[in-house]
Amino acid sequence: MDKILQQRAPIMEAMEALRNQRVVPFDVPGHKRGKGNPELTEFFGAKTMSIDVNSMKPLDFLGHPVSVIKEAEEIAADAFGAAHAFLMVSGTSASVIAMIMAACKKGDKILMPRNVHKSVLSALILSGALPVYIDPGLDINLGVSMGMSIADIARAIDENPDAAAIFLNNPTYYGICSNLPEIVKMARAKGIAVLVDEAHGTHFSFGRGLPISAMAAGADMSAVSMHKSGGSLTQSSFLLLGAAPNPHHVRQIINLTQTTSASYLLMVSLDISRKNLALNGVEIFDKVGQMANYARDEINNIGGYYAFGKEIINGDAIFDFDHTKLSVNTLKTGLAGREVYDILRDEYDIQIEFGDIGNFLAYVSVGDRMKDIERLCSSLSEIYRRYGNDKKADIDYEYIHPVVAALPQEAFYAEKEAVRLENSAGRISSELVMCYPPGIPIIAPGEMMTQAAVDYIRYAKEVGCSLTGTQDEDVEMLYVLK
Amino acid sequence: MELWFSEKHTEFVKMSIKIDKHLHGETSDFQRIDIFESYEFGRFLTLDGVMMMTEKDEFAYHEMLVHVPMAVNSAIRKVLIIGAGDGGIVREAARYATIEKMDMVEIDPQVVDACKRFLPKTASALDDARLSIYYQDGLKFIRKAKNEYDLIIVDSTDPFGPGEGLFTKEFYGNCYNALTDDGIMVNQLGSPYYKNDAAAMKRAYGKLAGVFPIHAAFQAHIPTYPSGHWLFGFGSKKLSHLDVNPNWDNLGLATKYYNTQLHRGAFALPTYVNNLLNEEVAP
Repeated sequence: MDKILQQRAPIMEAMEALRNQRVVPFDVPGHKRGKGNPELTEFFGAKTMSIDVNSMKPLDFLGHPVSVIKEAEEIAADAFGAAHAFLMVSGTSASVIAMIMAACKKGDKILMPRNVHKSVLSALILSGALPVYIDPGLDINLGVSMGMSIADIARAIDENPDAAAIFLNNPTYYGICSNLPEIVKMARAKGIAVLVDEAHGTHFSFGRGLPISAMAAGADMSAVSMHKSGGSLTQSSFLLLGAAPNPHHVRQIINLTQTTSASYLLMVSLDISRKNLALNGVEIFDKVGQMANYARDEINNIGGYYAFGKEIINGDAIFDFDHTKLSVNTLKTGLAGREVYDILRDEYDIQIEFGDIGNFLAYVSVGDRMKDIERLCSSLSEIYRRYGNDKKADIDYEYIHPVVAALPQEAFYAEKEAVRLENSAGRISSELVMCYPPGIPIIAPGEMMTQAAVDYIRYAKEVGCSLTGTQDEDVEMLYVLK
Repeated sequence: MELWFSEKHTEFVKMSIKIDKHLHGETSDFQRIDIFESYEFGRFLTLDGVMMMTEKDEFAYHEMLVHVPMAVNSAIRKVLIIGAGDGGIVREAARYATIEKMDMVEIDPQVVDACKRFLPKTASALDDARLSIYYQDGLKFIRKAKNEYDLIIVDSTDPFGPGEGLFTKEFYGNCYNALTDDGIMVNQLGSPYYKNDAAAMKRAYGKLAGVFPIHAAFQAHIPTYPSGHWLFGFGSKKLSHLDVNPNWDNLGLATKYYNTQLHRGAFALPTYVNNLLNEEVAP
């Protein structure tokens, strides 16, 4: 990383220069630097509105960058140790979709764990790729999906030497990492592209003592949620390329679906946030790590809760753990993670990231203050004192083995009919059913419905998980192939 | 030359005190600390520009926070004091020979040092042998205590700033847990008068009321605080706030504000304040 280069923020610089030119706008957006929408300008502030501008000569064009955006992308690539970086304005979902569509044509096989983000399923429908699932395995004590074991990946590669890509999370939502360097080596030997969802791992490229980043491990592509641990505005993201992929092809893929009116608020936020991480990342993530470690110790002292850390590393499926993630297992408190999530919000005015059946995640970042960490710990101690019980959690962590019977794309567009959930076993689903949290598919388009899946959906409904993905909002009817 | 300290009590109301000297100013890890010498109020302490205490009117505040609970339960032996870096609470509590142990938890050592140097009248008992001072977050300290204290006195800053964690439901719950069966907690609740202060006071009181089965608010007149009308919270597990020990007067403690007649009167609040406290409070 070139620390002199990283002090630059070309898009911000160009926008400052533009402001001083006092250009008269006869272009969109029609609010004309906020003057045409006083209520919105009052709400956002005049400064924010004044930089909500459209592509123009001095500001470059995201669809075909030649000047300041190109420079910003080159500097970002340098920061992440990538061969190329794309500024993305439709969330990391768009980065994930672009990776898969760039690597897979219709019918191409892609190896992946089941605990992938919803955007991966969207990418399968759009690209026509065929998923080959690898069971990430569940840690029985924690009730969380682990990474993928090397033996499982070796078997999957042996059985599918023609796979176009392998997709993995680095880390998972809970902070768990697979053995990325080894996976890259195995995939490379067979010419399989390695695509990494680093939505929760932006900081790996900038902090100390953190798991290895996708680019450092030699992966081909990585989707980085700069707006999560990187501090940029919601919806802004980076797509990173290693040396192998053709950036011009990837640009074409991105442009298939990306807006031609990219928000400069988002792009400037990427520019400034990248500069901040490059120059101050070590201190920032040291501090975040210290806060998370402190909170982990305090929470573990309360009793009942288990805030897990690096001790869960097992050298294989849990190859590494991101200690900035404050993931807490609640099973021994007698409470579901979801219940703790609700009590924190409803009674203690604390909003955490998510709660699932046996865990919750409190997102710790550079924006946190120690006194807020104290509030979280004290509230958790109160919740345990007031609501803790010996109820044995009745939780079925059975992994629902997906039976892929048709290409997701074909199943999604096929002739279909609605059947009652109870009658759907044995039919091929045209729809996605997802349990949120944690946002992992129970059934995806093209998969055979099984009794186990039907039972799990019933169970998830009973424990109050919200189910999404189907046309029927209540998930009582499911569209299946005729 | 005229030198004035001014504090905005609302966006549209300002209180000013003419200053003789700026005795001390420093910025700690937590806040800006200033001590002034004034003509009318003697020396006074401000944190982040907000009035904490003056030598002239601090007696009302400190006496009410200590003597009200002490007159309800003469068997108080172990006291936890949160905040109170100026030493005023400790000074009043130290007058009871029956108190065996005082733990004081203050987040900012620089406040204590500055008060010892410049406010000796208030900080006079900070060297009392029964006192242990812990420099840490009050919320953290109390999380670890269980069935340990007979009295908890919370002398905090406003609900906005370093003291904000001391106005939360988790803090009150932790206090409840740290108290013995006869335990009492008192805290400063702010003013019921100006709109924003009243809203914060009502919220804090609602949380206190949600945790302690016996709860009440009492008042005092403190001229240098916004509106001069100040409220305190009283929460207990069993003991009634109006059940004053008839022998308190025999202790012979000379006070400037508190007396047992006033004790009962202090819980008699103006109608608008009663209405404010009795409205439905969001949890």
